[in-house]
Amino acid sequence: MSRISLKVDGVRYDDDVDPRTLLVHHLREHLGKVGTVVGCDTTNCGACTVLMGGKSVKSCTVLAAQADGQEIETVEGLAGKDGSLHPVQQAFHDSHALQCGYCTPGMIMAAVDLLAENPEPTDDEVREGLEGNLCRCTGYQNIVRAVQDAAAVMRAEVPAPRDAGTEPMEGTRGTTSPAAEEVAR
Amino acid sequence: MIPAQFEYARPSSVQEAVRALAEAGEDAKVLAGGQSLIPMLRMRLAVPSTVIDLGGVSDMRGVRDDGDALAIGAMTTYADVIRDPMVREHAPLVVQATETVADRQVRHMGTFGGALAHADPAGDMPSVALALDMMFDIEGPGGRRAVPAGEFFVDYFTSALSPDEILVSVRVPKLPGWGTHYEKFNRVAQAWAIVGVAAAVRRSGDTIEKARIALTNMGPTPVRARGVEEALAGAPATAEALASAAARADEGTAPTGDVSASSEYRSYLATVLTRRAVAAAAGIPQDG
Ligand SMILES: Cc1cc2nc3c(=O)[nH]c(=O)nc-3n(C[C@H](O)[C@H](O)[C@H](O)COP(=O)(O)OP(=O)(O)OC[C@H]3O[C@@H](n4cnc5c(N)ncnc54)[C@H](O)[C@@H]3O)c2cc1C
Repeated sequence: MSRISLKVDGVRYDDDVDPRTLLVHHLREHLGKVGTVVGCDTTNCGACTVLMGGKSVKSCTVLAAQADGQEIETVEGLAGKDGSLHPVQQAFHDSHALQCGYCTPGMIMAAVDLLAENPEPTDDEVREGLEGNLCRCTGYQNIVRAVQDAAAVMRAEVPAPRDAGTEPMEGTRGTTSPAAEEVAR
Repeated sequence: MIPAQFEYARPSSVQEAVRALAEAGEDAKVLAGGQSLIPMLRMRLAVPSTVIDLGGVSDMRGVRDDGDALAIGAMTTYADVIRDPMVREHAPLVVQATETVADRQVRHMGTFGGALAHADPAGDMPSVALALDMMFDIEGPGGRRAVPAGEFFVDYFTSALSPDEILVSVRVPKLPGWGTHYEKFNRVAQAWAIVGVAAAVRRSGDTIEKARIALTNMGPTPVRARGVEEALAGAPATAEALASAAARADEGTAPTGDVSASSEYRSYLATVLTRRAVAAAAGIPQDG
């Protein structure tokens, strides 16, 4: 067993894991973070995308042990404490940027990562930036539209004080259990 | 798909890593970014007894100015290579080729050293290493040695690294006065090259002085297009001279056929992509 300490959606978790445990399985099965899904399981589809140290990774291709000491943000950590959606989530909702919805958690996390590096992408840059994420319903038109709408909202927000949705990961947010928070302290 | 069980070690220095590798014996595997190894573990194509994770070896990350060369730490991620100002200035070919690799997520984890050590004939970094004549710094129980790119790639997924050695860093010559270009042909849904061409060309006025051209996925290892290089040395920098030189791109290659392309088509692609790559590297206008 390997002892690992992760901060997931703002809450610290210390666990013993079998070294072969993949990060996505640790998130889903041990921490209950089932918002992150397993799609292809072959590093192709990006459905399991989370942010590690602020950068997008495919969590089916990271060992939980490799993530020791890192901050992880999943789709469950994006919304504000009051339940207000992150601009990318809101835009996916508004533009109906999903059909079956299975790729959505990964698409949203990949889009958050892309917009952090390139706040004003062209449509081509959005497509290129999301090339690691597949939508088998092929709903790409609305996905690109949603990312552009979110980018516009986020650009307008930048000068204003940051709202709960874009706060750095601290304290307690998302759907973590009180017990987990207790452990974290 | 869950990997078979293995022991896990996370050393924090190169020396510790080399020692851990020696202690773990033949069946141990080094883990860098895991973007090739973890899929292989999951499919149980690799079943190591011990995995030695280099993620904690901070000395192996980052880029250093080494006089006539840049030393890129083996554990520097693709994403950090692309962003590095020294790499952007002195090795634009590395940046250009790295930007075509995989996708953002894979580039956040995958490392420069892992891409080379993996020695995948379809990988983009190996042919870039060959065209730029990079030097590989390797450490094992017997100490350090340096291996030039021309001797590093031995066969399909086989490099000059022995199982108890670690690739520590790679020296990339700065090549002032050379023009470079990476030309890659791939299917939209897959970033893997069907064929790729890395070209480095030095021009003197209207003449091509020297060209170094390396091909991706034209055989079991990346391969220099020696025929083209010979034909270009001293040739006029014109579209005609380039077209006849590029026609020799498949000499000495052994491309395979697969679902993406037949071997004949790969040979043809090599000539077309070589023409485009050299034209871009040497600034030769093309009319088609
Ligand atoms: C979806 C997807 C798309 C991809 N597309 C492309 C593409 O377009 N072009 C391309 O070139 N590649 C592509 N790749 C492959 C990717 O570039 C490689 O997985 C990656 O570069 C390997 O580096 P890594 O750090 O992840 O190595 P790992 O997966 O950790 O290791 C790979 C191998 O190298 C060995 N190794 C690693 N580092 C060292 C070291 N320092 N010393 C000794 N041995 C070492 C390991 O033991 C292992 O055998 C793709 C991968 C995926 C998943």
